[in-house]
Amino acid sequence: MARTVLQQTDIARALTRISHEILESNRGAGDLVILGIPTRGVILAERIGQLIAGIEPGADPASMIGSLDITMYRDDLSKNPTRAPSPTRVPRNGIDGKTVVLVDDVLYSGRTIRAALDALGDLGRPRAVRLAALVDRGHRELPIRADFVGKNLPTSREERIHVRLADIDGVDEVTIEG
Amino acid sequence: MKHLLSTRDLARDDAIRILDIAEDMSEVSTREVKKLPALRGKTVVNLFFEDSTRTRISFEAAAKRLSADVINFSAKGSSVSKGESLKDTAQTLAAMGADGVVIRHPASGAPQVLAQSDWIDAGVVNAGDGTHEHPTQALLDAFTMRRRIHGTASRGKALDGVSVVIVGDILHSRVARSNLWLLRTLGAEVTFVAPATLVPVGADTWPATVSFDLDATLAAVRPDVLMMLRIQSERMNAAYFPNAREYSRQWGLDDERLALLGPDSIVMHPGPMNRGLEISAGAADSAQSTVLEQVANGVSIRMAVLYLLLSGEREAHA
Repeated sequence: MARTVLQQTDIARALTRISHEILESNRGAGDLVILGIPTRGVILAERIGQLIAGIEPGADPASMIGSLDITMYRDDLSKNPTRAPSPTRVPRNGIDGKTVVLVDDVLYSGRTIRAALDALGDLGRPRAVRLAALVDRGHRELPIRADFVGKNLPTSREERIHVRLADIDGVDEVTIEG
Repeated sequence: MKHLLSTRDLARDDAIRILDIAEDMSEVSTREVKKLPALRGKTVVNLFFEDSTRTRISFEAAAKRLSADVINFSAKGSSVSKGESLKDTAQTLAAMGADGVVIRHPASGAPQVLAQSDWIDAGVVNAGDGTHEHPTQALLDAFTMRRRIHGTASRGKALDGVSVVIVGDILHSRVARSNLWLLRTLGAEVTFVAPATLVPVGADTWPATVSFDLDATLAAVRPDVLMMLRIQSERMNAAYFPNAREYSRQWGLDDERLALLGPDSIVMHPGPMNRGLEISAGAADSAQSTVLEQVANGVSIRMAVLYLLLSGEREAHA
């Protein structure tokens, strides 16, 4: 029994708000790098980049958006079947001295973000790292919290959250199941 | 994937998957920190019963970039020269806790024996066995071709319709055999060119064209890829051709033959090269030559293979 908790307009509204919040906390789009975590985080990062470019006239999405694969940095590699990694793409000017905003679809245990922080450390030394998540469903297992959240969804561990995005799944929605 | 023993039984999707993962691995070698933590705490043994520097250091670099611990075991000066059997060597390595074994052996089939035995429960990578196969070399060659042909849009692509001419000692070459199976799987057309004495019995049953005349083949095929094999003097204990100069004149890639190739054709060599014998210095150093790319890509391919074999649970789908 899946229940829709965010519809297309809700997702669009949340991403617009997150984009404004990112610009507010960074005081503009200068030295900003937005890295999505595959798979759906990358699409969210691209959307946020486009929104920021629409708000700040000087901002160029191409030099701001990238993706950060964390497969090799997971702490459960040896407990699951082998996963194929995804590409990591960093904007041309790198991340040294930049403010990096990590973007993921669902924030849950926090282990993905821990892996992302390790991966980031191998790419360079950002001035600051922030975290944006479309959905925060709680149940953290590590001391990690998001700076920008689309929606807080109190869940039980048995429930499953599905984020679907038009680019991959043909529809924009967040559902909860279980 | 539990072992990589041969390219003959590699499915097309699996081959493309390895090449795609190698694309991701090659990005690592361009960064500041050239290391991934994926195989932290795993032990890879390089078990070399035959001399090889390039392949061994390539596997060593690959394992180290994935944070695995590497033990190098070469048969010379080891207990093997005192008469230890493969079984005892394997059990010794198992007792030391090896997770992966990279094996090169002069006997065709030795890696298979090791993989199918219950002596050791480790992932086995064939790094060259006799005149049988050398799968990671074929994978890195295919990777190099794919990159030259498709550039940054390589991911997910195969080599359909690419024409490959492989010249030299087909008889002794495991590189030629592994390349044949893999290239056919990926959709390429393969032509072998060699002196009649260096074509193995049964080559007519292979899915490849066999020719004895390099100039005629180059004119007829107009290859996208020309791969020169090394004349392996250590295996030349019979008179396969009159002398080196005659070989070079008939089957070597010299500057005139290089000039006849199309500007987009690439020249490959698995190394080490005998300059002036099978390949001229001009051809080896030309812009069409991929010799150094092949070395760099070798590390990426071996990282991909080690990652696929050794990360993940060692589930029982053997």
